[in-house]
Amino acid sequence: MAEMIVLKGLIKRFGDLLAVDDISLDVKRGEVLGFLGPNGAGKSTTMKMIAGFLTPTAGTATVCGHEVTEQPVEVKKRIGYLPEGAPTYGDMTPATFLDFIAEIRGFTGTERTKRVDAVVETVDIKEVLCQRIETLSKGFKRRVGLAQSMLHDPEVLILDEPTDGLDPNQKHHVRNLIRDMAANKAIIISTHILEEVEAVCSRAVVIGHGRLLADGTAEDLMARLPYHNAVAVRVTQDNLSIVQEGLSALGPVEAVAEAGGLTRLRVAADDGKARLADVAGLIQDKGLAVREVFVERGRMDDAFRDITKGETMESLHQGDGNA
Amino acid sequence: MRNVAIITKRELRGYFATPLALVFIVIFLALTSAFAFYVGGFFQRGQANLSVFFAFHPWLYLLLIPAIAMRLWAEERKTGTIELLMTLPVSTAEAVGGKFLAAWLFTGVALAFTFPMWITVNVLGEPDNGVILASYVGSFLMAGAFMAIGSCISALTKNQVIAFIVGATVCFLFTMSGLDLVLDFFRAWAPDVLVETIASMSFLTHFQSVTKGVIDLRDVVFFVSLMAFWLFANVIVVEIKKTS
Repeated sequence: MAEMIVLKGLIKRFGDLLAVDDISLDVKRGEVLGFLGPNGAGKSTTMKMIAGFLTPTAGTATVCGHEVTEQPVEVKKRIGYLPEGAPTYGDMTPATFLDFIAEIRGFTGTERTKRVDAVVETVDIKEVLCQRIETLSKGFKRRVGLAQSMLHDPEVLILDEPTDGLDPNQKHHVRNLIRDMAANKAIIISTHILEEVEAVCSRAVVIGHGRLLADGTAEDLMARLPYHNAVAVRVTQDNLSIVQEGLSALGPVEAVAEAGGLTRLRVAADDGKARLADVAGLIQDKGLAVREVFVERGRMDDAFRDITKGETMESLHQGDGNA
Repeated sequence: MRNVAIITKRELRGYFATPLALVFIVIFLALTSAFAFYVGGFFQRGQANLSVFFAFHPWLYLLLIPAIAMRLWAEERKTGTIELLMTLPVSTAEAVGGKFLAAWLFTGVALAFTFPMWITVNVLGEPDNGVILASYVGSFLMAGAFMAIGSCISALTKNQVIAFIVGATVCFLFTMSGLDLVLDFFRAWAPDVLVETIASMSFLTHFQSVTKGVIDLRDVVFFVSLMAFWLFANVIVVEIKKTS
């Protein structure tokens, strides 16, 4: 079974508020799906429904062939879930907490000890193992929460903002962890850190106002940005007019003023391909004085803003077959 | 059942990991003894029994049990751990049962620590130990009924103070329902059947009949079915609250 998570027409209503509005998608084994979207977009609500905490108003969520409202315990056995904010029992120590999780996940005897030891090693919390969780730093608390979700080596992982509150090193560590596990699991992570999507997700969906706005790889999403693969040239004020004039031979040049008296000149991509060779050739031929030349990847932040503002939503929607 | 036991164990561990257990047990012992000796006149009565000791239990439970029960679900909801608990492979009934059982057993532990009272009356005279044992069983059952009410009400709110006040009030009504204070209000207009039904719900009446030394099946059934009812309601409340 390739599709490990299948959502069909998922809807969640809280009174008058439509939190999740008809979301359908599926996640295959080996995929890491990123949920992107602003706060209150419906990411967490969707995850809560998959994890079996919230009951959908309509639609179905199927995990490894089990429908979550019909066989909640079967689904919960197969899912590792890190709720938003990584709640844990503050009056316990990581050691007793993980032992409790292992026990309730059905592990006994040496297998239980082995599982706990392994996951403690993986998330690197050995040094705080016997401190009360409420006394730990945010980073450690988060890692205890992660440990809890991975302890039973589940086929499906649902991680709600797994790197929130971690320092850059820890973020890097957790991302590596997710990548390492990805091959034989289906993973969904939610985040509003866009570089995270680029770093770990094989696919990303953008959710806004409870609706699925875009679906594709991080590269797909970025390819739709106005400046994706544009060649940018940074010049000082003195050389601006000469360089601008020289580059205009390649087509329209856009100038953006930057800090420090520099100006960024952009040569748009030609059918999605960066015209780096053309620009470099031109600079050499004409002996233009430029500070640096680089290809813009398009910014995920911009994509995010555009899509969730709803301005370019329609065009993104149309451009994407499975959104 | 296995999951219930695991949750019970975790909860009990939680009580003893914080000062809560110590504070509760010390206060409980201090109050039960103080009431028995000073208010109840344990020595002045010159009788070798524990009836004055047990007579104050319903009133102490009224204060102390809602204090334990208020945190059962309200805290779980406030800290968000309810989301963790309810996404582990356990059913809602198992979670409700496990948490309730831990709280009930905990009051049982506090109750068991009153054993010096039992020793005292046995040293001073020759009490009817059967009556005392029956009273202990009755007291424990009554504590369970109070706890089930408190647990259910705790699931209704995130706010522990509200859980405490509402819980204590409902427990108060159940305790007093056999007394004129409550019954007179109904006698004025309600049919006799209803008045009698309300009167029969009284914890006090049922508890007093047990402390006379007869464990009547009807009293046991009363407390046990009351617990079952409130825990069932508790499961439903948790399910409903989770969804909204």
